[in-house]
Amino acid sequence: MPTTKAIPEPPSATSACSRSLLTIASLGVDEVSAILHLATELEQEDAVARAQRLAHRRVALLFYEASTRTRTSFELAAKGLGADTALISSQSSSIEKGESLKDTGITLRALGAECIILRHLSSGAPYLLARVTGLPVLNAGDGMHEHPSQALLDARTMLRALRRSEEGPGETLLQGITVVITGDILHSRVARSNALLLPRLGARVILCGPPALLPEVALELGPGITIERDFDRALKQAQIVMMLRIQKERLTGVHIDLEEYTARYQLNAERLRARAPEAIVMHPGPMIRGLEISSEVADGPQSVIAEQVRNGVAIRMALIHRALVDRSGPAKQPGTKKRGRA
Amino acid sequence: MSAMLIRGGRLVDPSAGIDADRDVLLKDGRVAAVEPPGKLNSAGKQAEAEIIEAKGLVVAPGLVDIHVHLREPGQGYKETIATGTAAAAAGGFTSVCAMPNTVPVNDSVETTRWMQSTERNPSARVFPIAAATRGSTGEALTEYGSLKAAGAVGVSDDGKPILGEAIMHQALVAAARAGLPVIQHAEDTRMTGGCSMNAGALAFRLGLRGMPVAAEAGLVERDIRLLSELKGGRAHLHVAHLSTAAALDAVRKARRNGVHVTCEVAPHHFVLTESEVGEYNTNAKMNPPLRAESDRKAMLEGLLDGSIDCIATDHAPHATHEKEQEFERAPNGITGLESALGLTLDLLHRKHKVSVSRLITLLSTQPANLLNLRGRGSLVAGAWADVVIFDPKAEWTFRAAATRSKSTNTPFDGWTMLGKVRMTISEGRIVYRAD
Repeated sequence: MPTTKAIPEPPSATSACSRSLLTIASLGVDEVSAILHLATELEQEDAVARAQRLAHRRVALLFYEASTRTRTSFELAAKGLGADTALISSQSSSIEKGESLKDTGITLRALGAECIILRHLSSGAPYLLARVTGLPVLNAGDGMHEHPSQALLDARTMLRALRRSEEGPGETLLQGITVVITGDILHSRVARSNALLLPRLGARVILCGPPALLPEVALELGPGITIERDFDRALKQAQIVMMLRIQKERLTGVHIDLEEYTARYQLNAERLRARAPEAIVMHPGPMIRGLEISSEVADGPQSVIAEQVRNGVAIRMALIHRALVDRSGPAKQPGTKKRGRA
Repeated sequence: MSAMLIRGGRLVDPSAGIDADRDVLLKDGRVAAVEPPGKLNSAGKQAEAEIIEAKGLVVAPGLVDIHVHLREPGQGYKETIATGTAAAAAGGFTSVCAMPNTVPVNDSVETTRWMQSTERNPSARVFPIAAATRGSTGEALTEYGSLKAAGAVGVSDDGKPILGEAIMHQALVAAARAGLPVIQHAEDTRMTGGCSMNAGALAFRLGLRGMPVAAEAGLVERDIRLLSELKGGRAHLHVAHLSTAAALDAVRKARRNGVHVTCEVAPHHFVLTESEVGEYNTNAKMNPPLRAESDRKAMLEGLLDGSIDCIATDHAPHATHEKEQEFERAPNGITGLESALGLTLDLLHRKHKVSVSRLITLLSTQPANLLNLRGRGSLVAGAWADVVIFDPKAEWTFRAAATRSKSTNTPFDGWTMLGKVRMTISEGRIVYRAD
């Protein structure tokens, strides 16, 4: 920085509320471990007791983009902890009338929301929301940027499918494991969050796809990432293969010959049998069956796609709990109000 | 009109090759005399001149910014000519060239005149740059001759590059005939759709679409080719807010071949890099975007070796509610008039040992010459009494909240600046005085 700054910058969105989750990169490995543990603890807890944890706490789900899995699992997670939830989607709200994200956030805070879960089509929108509301914000997917809760639930799914323990130092949880992520990396927030998280847990990440969907610059996301254009060669090294959808809605100016793409990158039974008969198959959804993945593989014995969805609820319970409960103090009693409802 | 005697100061006037202690007498809006200290005392007394003590201060020709957006007519909620020029005066600028992307676009004699009217209550001289094409749509040329007669000092479709080869060729020919430069915002928009920052690893990481360097360099190269194909050699292409090493190389090469191409760079492009975007800071969003460190260094080198002709701020005010949006939705641009001198002195003078005289060349003399602003950028006798008086050693903290501009969209809030403007005089009138 060539010129000195006399006063410190205003607190950044991530530091303004350390209980937000805007990017997976903000979580230390120990925190990742703690979230995985908490997810298991909450999942195993008696449902009645669990529903006391956040009784009468208010969680808003603000969704500017269509979502089935993420929205439902965040909602079920919040409800499972006893929280009151309100769902606001861009259709059927004042967003349609042109209300800004800032005003929407301030309105939700005024209505008593103590945490906002945001899905947005613009990268970085959760940072803005966290800055203007000062509330913990959970990024439920922002544009092409990140989907941190997905990366956490994927890590949990991997550990379980590999029958590995969640105990032990976080850095070694996935040691020796090679994860191949294939498809539209360029437009994928899931790919970014996973590529940022998995190497820190000890895994090797191989990104695979044609240059138009996987630019070389992806290597600079961080250490532990390599690119392999040949899907068959990548598959041979994989313990885990994660397939991604081609995001037609974000393909501006990129032309993909789908027939050729399918021939080179589709995960089908033949390819899986030949190259990775033991590998675990994952997909964050939504799947386009017959394009990036064949039905046979999606429904086959190596697929843990439904497990991913199931693990989403546990992980998101942990994230909502983390957002609303100060872990440094004693567990909150039901019904007590901790934050001012400004 | 009254007279003023600025005395005891260090006059830095590159147009006269002076960097020495001199007294300056201003009379009737013009420079009346420049003499060694004390020599003008009796002339000053005779003229009943107001005495301005400038001991320890630099006295220089008022700064000239050939690239500002004053937002009037049409967008007075962002800035008005009055507030924009008040910010200019506070930053030491006495001449500003206003880009035509107003509402309506300044493509007419009427708007060009309207912008220069004293009814706008300006604190600095406003020189309109008129639209190069009607409505800046890139289709049909405006009337360069009559626009020039009405006061326009250049033509540009700033913000909307002139992409078509045929129309750009026509613009260069017509502008040469009128004696005006064509100022190009060099961005091949066919490569930048939906982009909001510089292309590269950081854009990928942030999930933002990136503007490639080639979008700027490619259009600069295209324009240079069109220019070099013209006969006669009177045509002048000026590249606005250059930001990439590749485009600068193209300019350098063309100049070696005798092509009349000039360029400017904005302070943010030699002070900041794309890393300033950080956590989607919309005050680090502008077009051209902040680039990589290698590009920033190239801009510095270009300033040091003379291949960049001048510094221009691209002052682009936007209202808070516009900048407080999702990064991709927020408009491009930052304010710049009040931070340009402080940043330039700090970085170029203090850190890179560029002389104050050379800085004044970049901030006043050369930009005035580029757009042929007669009697500006100079304090020789007979020139306009446009003066900036600043303390080159004073450090101060820039506060966006204290700006004279109507808008506060700056990434430099809270930065320590070097060189405090003490007074700005525009055509013999004190338009800014530090508290």
